[in-house]
Amino acid sequence: MSVRDQKATPGWLGAIPAVWLAVLFLVPFAIMLSVSVAHRVPGGFFEPGFELTSYARLFTPFFGRILLTSILIAAGAALICVALAFPFTVILAGMRRRAQTLVLVILLAVLSLSEVIIGFSLSTLLSRTAGVGNLFAWIGLIETSQAYTPGLFALMAGLCYLGFPYAVLVLYPPVSRLDPELGEAARSMGASPLRAFLSVTVPVLRAPILGALILVFVFTLGAYLLPQILGRPRHWTLSVHITDQAIFQSNLPFAAAMAIVLLIVALAMVGLALLLGREREGRA
Amino acid sequence: MTELTLRGLTKRFGATTAVEDVTLDIPNGRFVCLLGPSGCGKTTLLRLIAGLEEPSAGQILVAGQDQTRVPTHRRDFGMVFQSLALFPHLTVAENIAYPLAIRGVDRATRRRRAAELLELVRLPDVGDRRIHQLSGGQRQRVAIARGLAIDPRVFLLDEPLSALDANLREHMQVELRQLQQRLGVTTLVVTHDQKEALTMADMLIVMDQGRVQQTGAPMEIYRDPANAFVAGFIGSTNLLPCRLAGRQIRVAGTTLDLAEGDRVKSADGDAVLSVRPEDVRFAETGLPARVTFIRDLGESVQIVLDLEGREVSAVFAPRDRPEVGLGDTVHLTFEPGRRVVLAP
Repeated sequence: MSVRDQKATPGWLGAIPAVWLAVLFLVPFAIMLSVSVAHRVPGGFFEPGFELTSYARLFTPFFGRILLTSILIAAGAALICVALAFPFTVILAGMRRRAQTLVLVILLAVLSLSEVIIGFSLSTLLSRTAGVGNLFAWIGLIETSQAYTPGLFALMAGLCYLGFPYAVLVLYPPVSRLDPELGEAARSMGASPLRAFLSVTVPVLRAPILGALILVFVFTLGAYLLPQILGRPRHWTLSVHITDQAIFQSNLPFAAAMAIVLLIVALAMVGLALLLGREREGRA
Repeated sequence: MTELTLRGLTKRFGATTAVEDVTLDIPNGRFVCLLGPSGCGKTTLLRLIAGLEEPSAGQILVAGQDQTRVPTHRRDFGMVFQSLALFPHLTVAENIAYPLAIRGVDRATRRRRAAELLELVRLPDVGDRRIHQLSGGQRQRVAIARGLAIDPRVFLLDEPLSALDANLREHMQVELRQLQQRLGVTTLVVTHDQKEALTMADMLIVMDQGRVQQTGAPMEIYRDPANAFVAGFIGSTNLLPCRLAGRQIRVAGTTLDLAEGDRVKSADGDAVLSVRPEDVRFAETGLPARVTFIRDLGESVQIVLDLEGREVSAVFAPRDRPEVGLGDTVHLTFEPGRRVVLAP
């Protein structure tokens, strides 16, 4: 028996996820792809065929704007999430072990909340009749209570609430492994704590930060409940329109075409981010 | 003048005291080694001086100015960390010029100074490389160069050579010492390796259990240790229980007269006699002991003996090697004038 045969993990184990992926991902994707080029029967369903009418409908200013809105909202949520999660994680990693465990458990608990609960909680919290507006009015910050939902602020708050735990969980392992002497070295060389953070801690952890950005971006790009609950119609993302077309307009070919375009755009954004990250590394 | 003065410096972590009441004067331009076993508080003391820890009590003065509450980044010190803490996202030259960049020095000057410092640590032509492309010894030099970039008032190094293999370590010790002598910067090195300390330092601070046990020139401490801990930690020594009465000591049933040059640091009564292995001699008469082990190291011969149940080590140069074998009984004398009687 050669040495190569004595690996601890038998190679055929890899076949299980491969088959799994093929059955549950590739096959449905192929079906979606074929539906996207199928012919729509108005008032009915669709019949197999090959036409690009559904895709053609997408290349209108209306859907272009929706696509742009979706990307901007997801990118904005990713930026805000990571901008909050990164300093949070750095401070978390500096805390005592017990405190760290407690915070991480709370974060995991937040993950168990469904999008629906988060959406309705926030919409109540930001409403005029039962929300924080009453508190502000009572303190005297504003004259009468007002609603902060629906709107971009409410939507962003919801998406960030959703994405924040993921960002922290992605950032936590590399941040906690970071050599604390790096920051101390920067300070010993004259950098103020903030300067040390920005000039050493952030760039050293550039790869995990990029990873967290991509994760939250992709994650929020698919959100379709929160934009409806917390956003105005003009904040409705492509995901909302896909649901609308598929379920309420019964236009499955068009919904499938939108889903595929969204997938391609998401992949392109991730690829672009990775490319930018690599280029920076090569240059720096 | 950048002499460093510590007054009653104390650091407590909860109930444990890491550094206790350290008062020291380090004159300008000295190469000082902070020496002690692990956990003795030497790294904490260095971090207090660097400003990375806040003292529980006491003062730190540099050139007469109180620095105790000055934050690390305003102290203008240079520091080399145990992990070296080189920045992986910057090139070698950018690493070295980092303290200059922080101080707003322009790019051209930074580049020139980095090249100068790389020349100084004898590592030219690697300025554009990344840290991970360097060997352990090269990284060491880059960390030293970075620590010296701003002409620091005090240069602090925390076990800087501990990651290197033995040969490179010895080489770097000599190099670091020569570099310091050339620059004349007041330097403090933390180490647990007494050989390293003896190689580099012109002043030793021996610490144990958070307290300074002795300060002084290396050979002064070697010849005249303040207590049994220092005698055992700096160089190797034989510590033998004895009784002191005036100018006489009684060791293993034999009475010895103290000679001129012998040092007495104990009151009459129970004491400890410290004799260096190279000061143990074989003679016609003396303390009878049995040879239990012979270790030939080429450059020297160590003979381990049993003296009434106590282990005694004797070291000879190869040409002085006595003709003895395992199990032989020999008579020991201790070189007069080089014996130290310490408090038990």
